[in-house]
Amino acid sequence: MDSLDINSIDSLPGLLNMLVKSLVVMPEIALLIGTLTVLLVSLYTGRNSENVTYVFSLATLAGMVFLLLRGMDRPNVVLFNEMYVHDELAKLIKVLICVTVAVIFIYARPYLLNLKNSRPEFYILGLFATLGMLVMASAQNFITIYLGLELLSLCLYALVAYIRDSNDAAEAAIKYFVLGAIASGLLLYGMSIMYGITGSLNLAEINIYLENIEGLNIGLIFALTFIVVGVAFKFGAVPFHMWVPDVYQGAPTAVTLFISTAPKLAAFVMAIRLLSYGMQELVVDWQQMLMILAVLSLVFGNIIAIAQSHIKRMLAYSTISHIGFVLLGLLSGENFGYASALFYTIIYVLMAAGAFGVLLLLNKHNRSDIDELSDLKGLNQSHPRLAIIMMLMMFSMAGMPLTVGFYAKLYVLQSLVYNDFIWLAILAVIMSIVGAFYYLRVIKYIYFDDLLVRLGTQNNALMANAILTTNGLLIVGLFIFPNYLLNYCVSVFP
Amino acid sequence: MITLTHFLVLGAILFSLSIAGIFLNRKNVILLLMAIELMLLAVNMNFVAFSYYLDDLAGQVFVFFILTVAAAEAAIGLAILVVLYRNRSTINVQDIDNLKG
Repeated sequence: MDSLDINSIDSLPGLLNMLVKSLVVMPEIALLIGTLTVLLVSLYTGRNSENVTYVFSLATLAGMVFLLLRGMDRPNVVLFNEMYVHDELAKLIKVLICVTVAVIFIYARPYLLNLKNSRPEFYILGLFATLGMLVMASAQNFITIYLGLELLSLCLYALVAYIRDSNDAAEAAIKYFVLGAIASGLLLYGMSIMYGITGSLNLAEINIYLENIEGLNIGLIFALTFIVVGVAFKFGAVPFHMWVPDVYQGAPTAVTLFISTAPKLAAFVMAIRLLSYGMQELVVDWQQMLMILAVLSLVFGNIIAIAQSHIKRMLAYSTISHIGFVLLGLLSGENFGYASALFYTIIYVLMAAGAFGVLLLLNKHNRSDIDELSDLKGLNQSHPRLAIIMMLMMFSMAGMPLTVGFYAKLYVLQSLVYNDFIWLAILAVIMSIVGAFYYLRVIKYIYFDDLLVRLGTQNNALMANAILTTNGLLIVGLFIFPNYLLNYCVSVFP
Repeated sequence: MITLTHFLVLGAILFSLSIAGIFLNRKNVILLLMAIELMLLAVNMNFVAFSYYLDDLAGQVFVFFILTVAAAEAAIGLAILVVLYRNRSTINVQDIDNLKG
């Protein structure tokens, strides 16, 4: 297929044409087969199953990244009754998702080994969730969006309850499940109304329909509201953020790492497909809705985070405020805004992975998780390298120069200023300063407070440590060379 | 004569009932699961009605997918419920309040 160009494919006869085009879906098919193989292998390897599953899962993901990179220069096509689109955005997001999940597995590995009854399901559910995210990344139809989203969500609900005998995990799982199901229901209700008005489930056709109508259609706004609420739920934007802190706190830290990273990329691409590719014509309407969500997320996320003493809960509220920034990028409704939001999402994933990675590698002397912020006091004295990485992540989240978080915030603000949302830009800056307070407090605990509890590190964490250090270096490295990534982000929105 | 509006109103009533059921229910988590099912069925009602009146099969195909996913979702929900019950011997909604702040 590499040697063919798109025109010569179209001249092939029907079935063959379809087959050749379907090669584009090769990575997804390979992932499904790989996941099922891992599932079977884990059943028949007895006591060793955890190790075997881990190695097989990483091998599957490595194969995925290879296949996806090979497919990068393939032409953009739309397949399967226009349900599946293979474009620049999907290509980039898919590679990022697979790399992120592989990094999550590597970070989570020592932590999971340390658990009393660790089982291989973490990797299998993780791989299925990855498949769901890949489907979302390529979805161009309400059906594919919904199926990808549900495959992702169902795996995440199960993952949150991963430690069966944990009271908090069970509570977090049931809360996540109920609120996630409501979100899916609202999204579907919006989709059903949208289908009734436009007569199509296909986003491209919906966009064409919307271009040709005149005047205000109250039904469309009604449907759009439900869809935006569904997306906001999945993102975890205020006022639909109720599940975020509870799930982050209750879930095992490895699962918190999963939930806070890769699904955000998928949620971003879902928002872009629904709002931009499907309903660009309604931009004036969803812009205002996103504006409310973004402002509330920034204000509440940053202010409530100050009051938290539980570190995962604090990071949950910090996530909410970062989501506010992503929404600020999205709401400008033009390509540079989308690119800045994509850049912010990627950097956010990098920062969240690093911060939770540090937490995953530490444990208390009784081998339990660190949970209170004060547990980090004096971390510099016991683990200077992890302390530096945590400091970089916190500086980056606060948006300090010398870390790439600065550029992430800068580009979003730039897109706001270009589009004459000066007051939003000012608000975002003020809220970033408020946010800097609790990030700097973590750094104060690490560097300027005396050692309170001597933390241990997980065993067998050589690989995780190596990747984590790279993660920390990337935060600085991308500050020095942000252009390559930014230009790539700009280029995926033609 | 039953028109599209009737179906849509029925769908809207079922949907509102399920939302109310989720937010007003203070007793039992199983009722939450039932309300969630009802919500998806309300959406199905909408899709089938639109599909019939638009004379377009895609809506009905979507309904099949929603039904399948709803079954999977109920399975996961009940599994989580069992975990919850084992841990604290109650499925009272008001008792699910360990995590807050």
